[in-house]
Amino acid sequence: MLSTPISAVRQLTFFLLVWLGLALTAQAQLSIEITQGADNPTVIAVSPIEAGASVLPENISEIVAADLRRSGLFKTIDRANMLSFPRVQSEVFFRDWRVLGTEYLVYGQAERQADGRLKVTFSLVEVLGEKTVLSQVVHGNDSNLRDIAHYISDKVYEAITGIRGAFSTRIAYVTAIPGRDSKLVYRLMVADADGARERLVLESREPLMSPAWSPDGKELAYVSFETGRPAIFRQRLGDANREQLTDFRGLNGAPAWSPDGRKLALVLSKDGNPEIYTLDLASRQFTRITNHFGIDTEPNWTPDGKALIFTSDRGGAPQIYKVALASGELERLTFRGNYNARPRLAPDGRTLVMVHRDGGSFHIASQDLVSGDFRVLTSTYLDESPTVAPNGAMLLYATKRGTQNLLAAVSIDAGVRFLLPARQGDVREPAWSPFLD
Amino acid sequence: MTFQTLKTGFLVAVLSGLLAACSSTSTEDGSDGVGVSGTGTDGGITTGTTDTGGAYGSDLGAGGIDTVFYFEFDRAVLRPEARAALDIHAQRLRSGDRQVRLEGHADERGTREYNMALGERRANSVKEYLVLQGVNPSQLEVISYGEERPAQLGSDDRSWSLNRRVEMK
Repeated sequence: MLSTPISAVRQLTFFLLVWLGLALTAQAQLSIEITQGADNPTVIAVSPIEAGASVLPENISEIVAADLRRSGLFKTIDRANMLSFPRVQSEVFFRDWRVLGTEYLVYGQAERQADGRLKVTFSLVEVLGEKTVLSQVVHGNDSNLRDIAHYISDKVYEAITGIRGAFSTRIAYVTAIPGRDSKLVYRLMVADADGARERLVLESREPLMSPAWSPDGKELAYVSFETGRPAIFRQRLGDANREQLTDFRGLNGAPAWSPDGRKLALVLSKDGNPEIYTLDLASRQFTRITNHFGIDTEPNWTPDGKALIFTSDRGGAPQIYKVALASGELERLTFRGNYNARPRLAPDGRTLVMVHRDGGSFHIASQDLVSGDFRVLTSTYLDESPTVAPNGAMLLYATKRGTQNLLAAVSIDAGVRFLLPARQGDVREPAWSPFLD
Repeated sequence: MTFQTLKTGFLVAVLSGLLAACSSTSTEDGSDGVGVSGTGTDGGITTGTTDTGGAYGSDLGAGGIDTVFYFEFDRAVLRPEARAALDIHAQRLRSGDRQVRLEGHADERGTREYNMALGERRANSVKEYLVLQGVNPSQLEVISYGEERPAQLGSDDRSWSLNRRVEMK
């Protein structure tokens, strides 16, 4: 039996600080459609976690169940089929759950404290073994119930799969929606990983693109055309403080934060054609990394911070290369097909994901850099901008359905797929945040 | 190289946008009078016609001369039929100090930052041709929009071919 209420409280306090001033909840623009789940999902029941007669503004157990379903690894028991709603251990009758084929049960309750705050207790039990796997207390209030729910999801997911949950993370993305004058309005948005609590970060009548998270999850770097030319900016999410980092002739693009947060890799064409540079954020020094007359773009750091992977057409068509920062040693990583671009590495540093042209269509593909195993993960249309969850289990990407750009997700083993369609307008360029604690 | 801290104005912009986003009519109403003010361009998407107007005026297309030039997929080579119009542009530019923006674009296929590079390469093709015809390079500025400002919103061969372009402005 585990109990870490202190760390839970710390985590939730952190969320409040980060989102101070941006905590107003806009109506969620994204919704989830699961299109394919795992072959043998674990059956789990999440008993209602409620506060007695005091109605909570969010349905904690529904959020937890939706999180677990969205991972594709779980099938959840509908509340209507539950024979009992246990809140504490003494109310758990294992027979009720065995007959439903339940393998795991989550139960708990919220208690309103004298100061109006909420004390939420939850437990995870294994039904067959009749064993408590996990039991915790989380303190919060009515305004961060979604944080509490995602925290419960993270703990349950990790206890069962052994993989850290990423339900408490966020996604950034860009929307393009025609305004009243029918000209496009570009917005940089941040939402919870489930698409809820969407927040506006920046709005512009000129294009916004290429959002990238700082490794501490507190800032975004992105490209804005607001000056009439592309320029790279960084912006803090909590206080909206922003700073223009580049103002060169030509391309200023594709920012990517180093794992230690001290540098940005980026693309500049000030010397005649697109080259990859690093910018030391403290000293403001630019260091040129590539030197070739072809296109070099879309840099991304290896997890150890010692190399960059990037797209280059120096071989005649876009392929993925790796350059060691200390030695300048260059290695071509991809050889299959004549278009592989926009590389991202999974946190293990071993799984490369990219945009791959397969015949006339563009899909997301993965390549194991050790075994060389290559697989196409998606079968949607015009797939681009893959971004891997910080736990390496899923990736988000942008795709097209009809004329609408929307986000979709696929597990790294391609077994689970879902769409996050927006109610209107185009959604593109997802960027999955790091873990936020 | 200058670094600007733009805190105050954008705090207002972001908070205003936030309020708009939180109102019950968020998506339509959030677009007017809120957010970033562009300083260099007319701020709208272009329509792909030869007379695009814009901040630098519409005289470039005087006499019905093309100001939009099209390209093949993943290519940045000028089509032979572009040369006649570009020769006339070169002649006019040589006789004055008119500043021109060469805005390069790509179709939606492929990745966005790679398409930024491709759009720039196309605009550079036009620039190099004009410079070869004697135009002073300082009159020409290359800006790539990649696939971010399509002239046509469709996902078909015709739309894509109209989006792979360089616009003179």
